[in-house]
Amino acid sequence: MLLIPCPWCGPRAEIEFRYGGQAHVAYPADPETVDDAAWADYVFMRDNPKGPFAERWVHAAGCRRWFNVVRDTLTNEVSAWYPAGAPRPGAAAS
Amino acid sequence: MSPAHRLPGGGRIDRKRPVRFGFDGVEYEGFAGDTLASALLANGVDGVWRSLYRDRPRGVFAAGADDPNTLVQVERPGSASEPMLRATTVELVDGLVATSLRGKGRLETRADTSRFDHRYTHVDVLVVGGGPAGIAAAVAAGRTGARVLLVDEGAELGGSLRSMPEVRLDGRPGWAWIEARTAETSRHPETRILTRATALGLYDHGWATVAQRLHGPVEGRLWHVRAKRVVLATGALERPVAFRGNDRPGVMLASAARTYVERFAVAPGERAVVFTTNDTGYDAALSLARAGIDVAAVVDARTAPAAVTVARARDAHIPVHTGALVAAATGDDRVVSVAVRTADGMVARIPCDLLAVSGGWNPAIHLWSHVRGTTCWDEAIQAFVPDQPAGPIEAAGALTGSFSTGDAIRQGFAAGVRAAALAGFEERWTSVAPEITTRAMPVAGRDEAQPPLTDVVAGEPPIGAVEPLFVVPAADGAWDELYVDLERDATVADVHRAVGAGLRSVEHIKRYTTIGTASDQGRTSGVIASAVAAELLGSPMSEAGLTTFRPPYIPASFAQLAGRDRGALSDPVRTTAIQPWHLAHGAPMENVGQWHRPWYFPLDGESIDEAVLRETRAVRGSVGVMDASTLGKIDLQGPDVGVFLDRIYTNRFSTLKVGSCRYGLMCRADGMVFDDGVTSRIADDRFHMTTTTGNAAAVLDWLEEWLQTEWPELRVRATSVTEQWATVAVVGPRSRDVVAAVCPGLDVSREAFPFMTWREAEVAGVPGRVFRISFSGELAYELNVGWSDGRRVWEAVMAAGAPFGITPYGTESMHVLRAEKGYPIIGQDTDGTVTPQDLGMDWIVAPKPFIGSRSHQRSDTARPDRKQFVGLLPVDPDALLPEGAQLVTGSSLGAAPPVPMLGHVTSSYHSAALGRTFALAMLKGGRDRIGEVVHAPLGDRVIAATVTSSVLFDPENARRDGEPEAVA
Repeated sequence: MLLIPCPWCGPRAEIEFRYGGQAHVAYPADPETVDDAAWADYVFMRDNPKGPFAERWVHAAGCRRWFNVVRDTLTNEVSAWYPAGAPRPGAAAS
Repeated sequence: MSPAHRLPGGGRIDRKRPVRFGFDGVEYEGFAGDTLASALLANGVDGVWRSLYRDRPRGVFAAGADDPNTLVQVERPGSASEPMLRATTVELVDGLVATSLRGKGRLETRADTSRFDHRYTHVDVLVVGGGPAGIAAAVAAGRTGARVLLVDEGAELGGSLRSMPEVRLDGRPGWAWIEARTAETSRHPETRILTRATALGLYDHGWATVAQRLHGPVEGRLWHVRAKRVVLATGALERPVAFRGNDRPGVMLASAARTYVERFAVAPGERAVVFTTNDTGYDAALSLARAGIDVAAVVDARTAPAAVTVARARDAHIPVHTGALVAAATGDDRVVSVAVRTADGMVARIPCDLLAVSGGWNPAIHLWSHVRGTTCWDEAIQAFVPDQPAGPIEAAGALTGSFSTGDAIRQGFAAGVRAAALAGFEERWTSVAPEITTRAMPVAGRDEAQPPLTDVVAGEPPIGAVEPLFVVPAADGAWDELYVDLERDATVADVHRAVGAGLRSVEHIKRYTTIGTASDQGRTSGVIASAVAAELLGSPMSEAGLTTFRPPYIPASFAQLAGRDRGALSDPVRTTAIQPWHLAHGAPMENVGQWHRPWYFPLDGESIDEAVLRETRAVRGSVGVMDASTLGKIDLQGPDVGVFLDRIYTNRFSTLKVGSCRYGLMCRADGMVFDDGVTSRIADDRFHMTTTTGNAAAVLDWLEEWLQTEWPELRVRATSVTEQWATVAVVGPRSRDVVAAVCPGLDVSREAFPFMTWREAEVAGVPGRVFRISFSGELAYELNVGWSDGRRVWEAVMAAGAPFGITPYGTESMHVLRAEKGYPIIGQDTDGTVTPQDLGMDWIVAPKPFIGSRSHQRSDTARPDRKQFVGLLPVDPDALLPEGAQLVTGSSLGAAPPVPMLGHVTSSYHSAALGRTFALAMLKGGRDRIGEVVHAPLGDRVIAATVTSSVLFDPENARRDGEPEAVA
């Protein structure tokens, strides 16, 4: 059972959360103008890396807020957590 | 009367507290502190179990959870019996009744009423294992002020020290050291010690589960432990050697033989042979000899063991054969002799009734491996040892492959200090490890005159060199009586067969042979199986590796895992304010998610079909009433709710007038229908949304997700009010009369209160909202009042409706009424692959962007041959199609499979209004098939049905304002 750091409530047990898949997959600003491939990309395609992965969680049995976590999919090590809408820490630098 | 095999003195049993127990119908006596296994040995019971496949007698083989042989059924008076417990781990209590098993256990048919608790705790340092290393770690960490939890599976702490009276710490017996250290931890206010507590699993982020056994009204406790750091001091498990007849009762691990002598004061035999690959076999031999057991020989597989080691045995007059092997154990119900093949190739037969075997020691890497800590093969000790940890974990003691008590204590102290420091606690004073000596003790009756002979210097590897020996081939070359996994009855021959069949990975060999899959999880067999496979494949052990270790470490009962979450507490049951009335009127309940809803209201022994026909006839003919309180309700407030709903629903809500209601459909981003319901505008900045009963929480989550992650700029707040509003649906042509009576201040005329509007009103004397919406096609009103007023309003409606024969109805009639009108139930008629267009609801899809709108233009979503929502009228008007039935064309009937599936039945009922059966279905290109006949093959029969529009009753919607004569 993971220990997930909620930016508002602190570290809490995984059972209090619901997983939301890859983070930073933005809803297209104007969906009607994107082509089929770009739309399919948005709806169906997600990364599946071995290593650090920015993903969404919601503290469903707590504050009910969505936020993002960078978790290593191999070791489950959590290296960053930040509110929804905030950029991934260090992402701008790389 | 003392049982024949009980030693006159010594042991950790309490001789003042005799304990009576029954085994296979015979009464025996043991002592407090015994296990069932030690008490059986003390009473001379050899055969405890008959093996699973070969029906061979099996005796006590080990002294703990590693035993593969002693499965028993424990009977509990007045309660469910427990199958497949290990006699080596069952503590003897007065009145215990156990029976031996042949093969498997017997599943109890009575309900298990035993009670278990769950507890949650957060600690700085969790120490698993209460041997010398674990105690040292807990003391060291506790001294820093860190919160420490030490768990040990035994009834008392001590680990290997419990069986090693010759080890002296600070000049005193090991027991004194344990007591002193335990006393010290009791002065650490943040330290807790749990005995009889087995760590079942170690997981990510310092999470562990620990099963604690209790003797009381609560039988056990499952601890959920979150630790900043974990010190694993799980020790090592001795492994046997595979030779012919190695499963005979009387063949036992050497350390187990020693444990029975030293801890339980039991002589596990009268004449013993010790077969060993390392020095610890000598310790066992000396323990047995001290207990007065005739040790006929130590058979040491090594050609040149250390002279000092051999001298220890010879000084006790125990013959030692070096470079020798035990090739076979013979005897039927008990070993009577062993065949010893000496270094010069001669075979000698030595009579004995106990063969104590040590094939080396496997560090207990189970928990280490649960969290994917890596392991490597250590050539020196011929075992897998921890390599790189995964997670906040330290290893100490025999787990590291270092087997001396001195090393264990030193490593334990260091690990405890380190773990506490990494958890944020600084060492307050220097930890000092005790001075450790191991002294060969004199053997009673033989060497009493002699002084202690040998001092083994602390820190020297106490097991000496380890001979790499896993299997002793039989003289005739046969492999099928050389047991690898005793619980599974799997032999060396089985491993040969697996490799012969082409299997190369130990994981595959495990599945093929079943070695390691029994309830002992292959503790004594895993490394031997790998070694046999490695030799056959010509690969080194480091390459062969081991199979994966997974939790739980020992079997855990479902009752223990469930704790108090059983029966009524397993899942919440939600009921409405009107529920007591439904129960009082005999309504059977239907589970809808967590809700209990009245299914139908039978009169005078009616069947469900009869009741539903009567209820639906009453609704369409006069008036019915239904408890709709379980509908999901969400209060939406804020200036941007209209804009938000335009994006959520396929149709427009920003244009909805205050006082009006609109039916809406919402889709996921993939364009598939997700939920539906009626949403009403309460004020410019306030809407009242309703959802399907089962989807209420999911819809609220959906709204929150979009508001928080994509459109945080929208000023909208969503709040569940499902359990704030009780909803009474008054339905049927006479509903206007009933509502007029219940709401005297409300103008219910068709002109003043039209369809799809709502009004604030006093309802049976309480404030409420009345919605003129319909889920049946009939004139209908939904009365919403405060939850606590629900029952009063329901009863007022019943009273006001009495002159019209008002009829309460349940979910089944509701389904029939809506299906007759072709209203889909999201989640029953749809399954997450259905678009609004598939449902024939293009009319509700507005030309504006909404979630999923772009997906409706995808080629696959726009295909003309998608499954579409249609009605079905069975050709035989009495034939009822089963829901879920597959539909095919007539030409497919009798054709060789596979035949093309056209679709399936989603809803199917008897209809009073239609005077026949009907169904709804999802059918490929269904709207173009209207008028065609499709077939549902049902094994022994076929039901043919004509495809129709999904709307089978009142397609003109003539009834929603009431029958003309009912409109006053």
